[in-house]
Amino acid sequence: MNGFKTFLQNLRELPQTVRYSLIRHGTPSSDRARSQAVFSNFFLHIQATRVHKHTLKFATTLGLGIIAMAMFLILCISGVLLMVYYKPATDQAYDSLKDIIFVVPTGRMMRNIHRWAAHGMVLVVLLHMARVFFTGSYKGPRQFNWALGMVLLILTLALSFTGYLLPWDQLAYWAITIGANIAQSPREITDALGITEQFDPGGMQKTLLLGASSVGQEALIRFYVLHVAVLPVALLLALGVHFWRIRKDGGLARPDDVNEKLGADRREHGREIFPALQQADAKPTRTYGLMAMVRGKSPAVDRGPEHTVPAWPNLFYAEMAVAMFSTAVIVALAYFLDAPLKERANPSVPENPAKAPWYFLGLQEMVSYSAFMGGVGIPSIVVIGLGLIPYLDREERPNDVGVWFGGPEGRKVCLLSLLFSVLSCVAILAFTVKYGWLRNWIPSISQLWITAFNPGTLFVGLYAAWSLLILKRTNSTRMAALALFTCFIVSFFILTYFATFLRGPNWDFYWSQSDWPVH
Amino acid sequence: MSIPNEGRFAKPVERRDFLGLAALGSFCLTSAAAILGSLKLPMPSVLPEADSRIKIGPPDRFAPGSATNFPERSLWVHRDGSGIYAISAICTHLGCVTKREKDGSFHCPCHGSKFAADGTVTGGPAPKGLEYLKVSRLPSGELVVDLQKKVPAQERLAV
Ligand code: HEM
Ligand code: FES
Repeated sequence: MNGFKTFLQNLRELPQTVRYSLIRHGTPSSDRARSQAVFSNFFLHIQATRVHKHTLKFATTLGLGIIAMAMFLILCISGVLLMVYYKPATDQAYDSLKDIIFVVPTGRMMRNIHRWAAHGMVLVVLLHMARVFFTGSYKGPRQFNWALGMVLLILTLALSFTGYLLPWDQLAYWAITIGANIAQSPREITDALGITEQFDPGGMQKTLLLGASSVGQEALIRFYVLHVAVLPVALLLALGVHFWRIRKDGGLARPDDVNEKLGADRREHGREIFPALQQADAKPTRTYGLMAMVRGKSPAVDRGPEHTVPAWPNLFYAEMAVAMFSTAVIVALAYFLDAPLKERANPSVPENPAKAPWYFLGLQEMVSYSAFMGGVGIPSIVVIGLGLIPYLDREERPNDVGVWFGGPEGRKVCLLSLLFSVLSCVAILAFTVKYGWLRNWIPSISQLWITAFNPGTLFVGLYAAWSLLILKRTNSTRMAALALFTCFIVSFFILTYFATFLRGPNWDFYWSQSDWPVH
Repeated sequence: MSIPNEGRFAKPVERRDFLGLAALGSFCLTSAAAILGSLKLPMPSVLPEADSRIKIGPPDRFAPGSATNFPERSLWVHRDGSGIYAISAICTHLGCVTKREKDGSFHCPCHGSKFAADGTVTGGPAPKGLEYLKVSRLPSGELVVDLQKKVPAQERLAV
């Protein structure tokens, strides 16, 4: 009888007990309770309970990291929905896309969302990287997060590259054919040395990527698996570490004098500020131990809690606003602009011109002089160079971290570098358009020369020299890094523009698309 | 209380270090072996291509001085004074299909590589000439081209 009673009572209290097992506190109505909630929730605790006011300023981040995250979430959701109808088979993929566009309810909209969010994510991740660089936020203790950022950048690009094949239209087929052959381009060197028979890393890479000697069913299924499973999971994992590192590195980078600049903190250093530290009247938590272990410049350790505000609501509302804004932009784009779909893939007639997506067009321009240097050599140099920035520039300048363009001196270096790189980049491109490149001058020249002396090689050499000059003049590695990075961003932009708008059929130069020959 | 005879205490620690290192090392070794072993799977040992040998008909189908196109296979079969040769129209730069111009030369639409009628590079980023493919004769007299079998440039089948 007693057991029955208990059971009835449990049944009656079911809503409360279930709710309590999910959320261990009531609706948090004070700063303290909200901080506790942030701390004890798996999804919220990836963020600190309090954030510095500097972090919340729009000019600190431009919201770019959160926009990138929002794009990724939009891509995951729209991507899973597209998977419901998409069929990764060479004889069905194109038709399933037509179905998605013309038959599936909201299919066209969902595909547009997926496409524009993919482009948006690449753009925003690049901008985010630039903002982190120009605010000097890669400096210790954040070196690792910058290097991890390079991994995120590569994963983002790999996701969009693998997604590009899936529609199985002409653009997809030929862009991936070109991409796979870039993977094979180390053969340029092994062929020239006559050792391809024994040692063929290029051929291995291509076979691994395509599972065959040309783009076909094997390649489609491989790209599909990478695109919907391997790469998203890898990106999500890396993102988890990225966010976790932000916490462990003491929140976002901020200028040394930010607290003085903000003036005296009106808030009292009381129980309100560090609820988790006030052990006396709180339920015992292990917070104290955790916080004490956080190394580096966390507000709790060596700066004091001045000028911090609770993450809930200040940070969360800002994040939600940014996420809503991103979604609205993508939905609007998707409503007004249809993602292109060309004719069905035809392995015997290439698209002319066969252009990769915009973010690879700078590469494609370099590849049009020699495949290995333009497609493998220079990208590797750039990625390794970018990744090593925080390890090579460890200078601690006053008023650098958290300050855009490293202050007045840095601004001057950036402007000079902008000028230098625009002039040199445009000059070199104009020169190659007018006078051609090595083989136009010496038709019998050895392939090794052509491979080594890509105009891209010239860029790398010039910019490295420029950066060393700045290093010599300013005695500052940060200034040299600013010079180099500015040159990189500028030439990336110019090459992309050049290949997008000024290259036409046969990769010839045209001032405008209306001059393209009709055929 | 001071710790007597440090040396004696140091040894067990060393041994523990050794065991720890051995454990870690064997873990890393097995993991590496497992990963490398798994990576063998995506590397195909047989390429899933259809039969790469195609029949192209009897030799007299190709008039001296002619060039015949097999568009599905991106293949051009030429005949000149010294014999028959087959060249692949696939650009040696990054794999686009080149187009044969009126003068017999080949132009690639992707990055502007140019090849002479006999396949040698004359311009653009292509690292080498168009591939020559193996042409052979069946007992019946019919010609066969093997798309997978490359032969040295300028090799011809005498007819
Ligand atoms: C998948 C792409 C990425 C996402 C979703 C992402 C997300 C974020 C977010 C939300 C933040 C917080 C601050 C902010 O919003 O700016 C952040 C900070 C940071 N990110 Fe990323 N990120 C990505 C890629 C990258 C890349 C490519 C780099 C650089 C190579 C990078 C380096 C950093 C660094 C160093 C910080 C700390 C900045 C500071 O302390 O001010 N991240 N990231
Ligand atoms: S693929 Fe022919 S020139 Fe690039």
